[in-house]
Amino acid sequence: MRTDDLIDLLSTHVDPVDRHKVSRSILVAVGLGAVAAVALVFLMFGARQDLGHADAHAYIGAKLAFSVAVVALSSVYLGRLARPGGERRVSLLVVALPFIAVMALAGLALATAPPSHWDDAVMGDRWLECLVSIPLIAVVPFAATMWAVRQHMPTDLRRAGALAGLLAGGLSATGYALHCMDDSVPFVAVWYGATIVLCAAAGALLGPKLLRW
Amino acid sequence: MHPIESELKALMVASLAGDARAHRDLLRKLSGYLRGYYRGRLTRMGRGVSEAEDLVQEALMAIHVGRHTYDTAELLTPWVHAIARYKLLDFLRRTRVSATNVALDYAEEVVAVDDSASTESALDLGRLLTTLPARMREAIQMVKIDGLSVAEAATRSGASESAIKVNIHRGLKALSAAISRERTP
Repeated sequence: MRTDDLIDLLSTHVDPVDRHKVSRSILVAVGLGAVAAVALVFLMFGARQDLGHADAHAYIGAKLAFSVAVVALSSVYLGRLARPGGERRVSLLVVALPFIAVMALAGLALATAPPSHWDDAVMGDRWLECLVSIPLIAVVPFAATMWAVRQHMPTDLRRAGALAGLLAGGLSATGYALHCMDDSVPFVAVWYGATIVLCAAAGALLGPKLLRW
Repeated sequence: MHPIESELKALMVASLAGDARAHRDLLRKLSGYLRGYYRGRLTRMGRGVSEAEDLVQEALMAIHVGRHTYDTAELLTPWVHAIARYKLLDFLRRTRVSATNVALDYAEEVVAVDDSASTESALDLGRLLTTLPARMREAIQMVKIDGLSVAEAATRSGASESAIKVNIHRGLKALSAAISRERTP
């Protein structure tokens, strides 16, 4: 095939291009992932019993602030990584900010608490449930975020995969927070933090396979 | 700003708005730079000219199919360079040459050499088209090769205009993927 023939083929009847396609597909993935995560949490566990109480709102709000920050930052960055060369516009430090903040707060909480409470504060009642649930609930959001990135042309597949995993983990944690009764900041820092990072690691591993074009 | 950058970017912005002539101009100009880029790198590795032409066509396909991923707030050259380099590394991976042999390069290098001496690639468009589902193949044949308008193609095939457009888009995307697969040894 001659290159000029290919160019002729490609430039016959050119339609205007939808410039918001990248951000829209990621928004759709976030929406789908959030609905799937919340629905799964309600089906598996039901909402926490005191969801109607004002006290609970403060606790849930703090957890949501962390997971929603992860979701917001990773969706913005995923919108960049889905484009060729977008990896130049991504800073690892910024992505890590919510994790650094929650760890700092956890450190502060532990420092001001008597050491006898540390065990309770870090392990909570249900660390194992959290450890299993967040990655499990993240499966559908993960499929959604990967599907979104696959429609575009990431050139750093590992990083794009990691961010898609991070976003899925953040969405899953947001859903799980509506059920989880462990409200201490150290618990959130350790178990939410670790499981979300695990999702990102899975994404980094699968990215080069799933995102090739 | 690099003069080539502003020229190419203006063409790209017009092409994104649906200007077919600007789109053709852009692809023509880019094909020259891409040829220079690939020939330079492949000959250094002892590869042939026709492989460079294959890569030029693969990159042009990707640029066309994925032009929605260009953010007009950014420079165009780094975007083109990222695609060109991705395709180069992908090619080397498929042909089992270690990527460590590829020197680091910078965005401007993708427009450093303009080489208009095109050759024929090993790709056979007619044969590749037969690998596509019939709906897509017919839509591409009617609009992109026979030059019918989308409306004419819709009447002739009994499909809606939007179905024709979707089939062309999906077909070109599938074609682009088929080309990459084709060249896997």
